[in-house]
Amino acid sequence: MSLTQQVITIAMVVLGTVLTRFIPFILFPASRPVPKFITYLGKALPGAVFALLVVYSLRSVDVLSGSHGIPELLATVVTVALHLWKRQMLFSIAGGTVCYMLLVQLVF
Amino acid sequence: MSKQTRALKAAFPYTLPIFAGFWFLGLTYGVLMNVSGFSFIYPLLMSMLIYAGSMEFIAVDLLLSPFNPLQALLMTLMVNARHMFYGLSMLGPLKDIKQPKKTYLIFGMCDETFSINYSAEIPGDVDRGDFMFWVTLLNQLYWVSGATLGGIFGSFITFNTEGLDFAMTAMFIVIFLDNFLKEEDHTSSFTGLLLAVLALLIFGPDGFIIPAMLLILAALTLLRGRIESKEVAA
Repeated sequence: MSLTQQVITIAMVVLGTVLTRFIPFILFPASRPVPKFITYLGKALPGAVFALLVVYSLRSVDVLSGSHGIPELLATVVTVALHLWKRQMLFSIAGGTVCYMLLVQLVF
Repeated sequence: MSKQTRALKAAFPYTLPIFAGFWFLGLTYGVLMNVSGFSFIYPLLMSMLIYAGSMEFIAVDLLLSPFNPLQALLMTLMVNARHMFYGLSMLGPLKDIKQPKKTYLIFGMCDETFSINYSAEIPGDVDRGDFMFWVTLLNQLYWVSGATLGGIFGSFITFNTEGLDFAMTAMFIVIFLDNFLKEEDHTSSFTGLLLAVLALLIFGPDGFIIPAMLLILAALTLLRGRIESKEVAA
């Protein structure tokens, strides 16, 4: 690939990314009232989207081979338990991450 | 303390897990570019301009394959389609933000930045727009510096950080949990969880996002009456 071709390829990736981020704001500008259905989606989506992101960040876990997803499961349980206990975001994340690092480096 | 300092101080703690995750992933991405034969200028510019982690990894493949700009565009639209859901959710919160700040907030709305900006409880004396600006900027600085350092130092970096990237998984878990504990009605959370797992089982890790989004959209459309009646009741 020549330098020009590389620049065009990168520009296409930039364009695609920018489009996905700006499309909702272009379709529904702040100056006009947003359709009721879209307002409903804006309120109803986040719960489902956060769930989707959890699944997305764990998508490569293979329960059939390797460590069978046990470190991920244990670290998730630790993260949830710490958060239900203290409700301190950084504390729960640090605890879950340290637990996961110990598990994958020393146990599995 | 000035208005901006207060906003920065409120935003910074929220971005710490992103710092861990982005430095790890950014370094990995920079190292990958380095060993693939690209100068550090590439990860520097690409992390600044594309600023969508998974797509930047895919872009390494695109740059090493035969030239096909249309495929690059379509692939990006598919991989990043989930951003449209973030935009729909942020129409309200970003309504009163002034330009050019608003444009930057939309440009920098990656998974992690969206999650924080949508869910964070912002102190009363901090301006919402300033808070979101600092979250967005800090997160991007972490990503760009990680990618560039990885590109410069390349394969010299050896340290046992195996598993550090779980910080971002843990962050998504905590944000989901916080939202779950706060919401009056769990229909959306359960629907999302169930359909995302279902789509993952059917379509596999590389192609499940779009089917999962379509399923979620269909389910929330069908469940609208139920969810809205509960909202009114609450």
